[in-house]
Amino acid sequence: MRPTTVLVIPAFCESGRIGDVVRAVRQNDPTLDILVIDDGSTDGTAAEARDAGARVLRHPFNMGYGTALHSGYCAALRHGYQRVLQMDADGQHDPSMLSKLVDELDRGADIVLGSRYIGENAPRSSFARRAGTRLFSWITSQWIGKRITDPTSGFQGLSRRALESVANDGFPEDYPDADMIVQHHRSGLTVREVSVVMHERVGGRSMHRGARIAYYGYKMLLSLAMLPIRRPTPLRMADSVSRAS
Amino acid sequence: MIVEAATMLAVTADATSCSTESITAAELSPMHQRQRIVALLGAATVVLVVFELVRRRKLREEFSWVWIATAGVVSLLTLNQGLLLTITGWLGAASSASTLFFGAIIFLLALCIQFSIRLSRLTHRQRTLAQRMALLEEELTELRKKTPQKIPGAEVKKDEVA
Repeated sequence: MRPTTVLVIPAFCESGRIGDVVRAVRQNDPTLDILVIDDGSTDGTAAEARDAGARVLRHPFNMGYGTALHSGYCAALRHGYQRVLQMDADGQHDPSMLSKLVDELDRGADIVLGSRYIGENAPRSSFARRAGTRLFSWITSQWIGKRITDPTSGFQGLSRRALESVANDGFPEDYPDADMIVQHHRSGLTVREVSVVMHERVGGRSMHRGARIAYYGYKMLLSLAMLPIRRPTPLRMADSVSRAS
Repeated sequence: MIVEAATMLAVTADATSCSTESITAAELSPMHQRQRIVALLGAATVVLVVFELVRRRKLREEFSWVWIATAGVVSLLTLNQGLLLTITGWLGAASSASTLFFGAIIFLLALCIQFSIRLSRLTHRQRTLAQRMALLEEELTELRKKTPQKIPGAEVKKDEVA
């Protein structure tokens, strides 16, 4: 029997794009359950996603990309899903590539990262982004002993084992990237990358912009440095979110 | 007050760096009478403001004791110059007044750290509550879609759910 799978799409103010993304996913695989996490949008993101056929979980206010993902993981656990796929709501990720993530999960991987930098179709990006990606790619690769080319990718697939790990641990509230990959590795989970094609953003605003890039670098370096000495579950209240009452 | 204290500390640092001999309590002069009055008035003001805030329920009792305790320590050291001079000697400060202000800065730093910890905890709790509420709301919405006639409160207005 095929494991039940849900696609989690965190979204913040993606009105005008989220509907197309959900419809494209449904067109690609009509059987896939889609859960959009509306992270306190002030526009019609939730209604648009619902109208396009997705289930919508709405945060009462904006809590950040990491928290939106965490809510999606918790919802997946509460509903008994065996695996989770995740993609961005801005149209960068191609739904036809979801099958690649699923195939790699079928082969036994716990975490599958969709990398835009494997192969020859690597997209052009800003100098800061390229430098940051290379730095964290190098750190992550050194740490886990395996080449990771795109640690910032939000196009991922998670097995049930990985799902239980991320839903019950102290999941980062913002930018869960290289630090989470290392965390997965330290938890004994298998991390693999597959090549995917990513498109340019259709609109909206990137999380990695302006002064946030500097904060991202600081936060990620601090988080990576803390990993070996940090308590695995800093605040245990997170458990109460993922467990069905 | 912080600027004044920082200036005094800088002067203290200069004084201590120039001196090669350690300062004993006997060599230090006690606080000037006017400084003592200012310190006592400051401590009394803190106590009065804190009591008034607690009376108006704008400050919780659990946070008030730290301020009262600090005002008490400042008053004690101001009134007991011997103790203040001994501590000043231990610290190697040039004057007893700078010891008092140095203590006040340390207290403020400790308070800031304590509030940062509390803020982090409250932020995490707020996040958890909001997530739990969102999950339950989504489950309720799905449940109502499936069996609208059997769920009590299914006739609730649409905008309450959306």
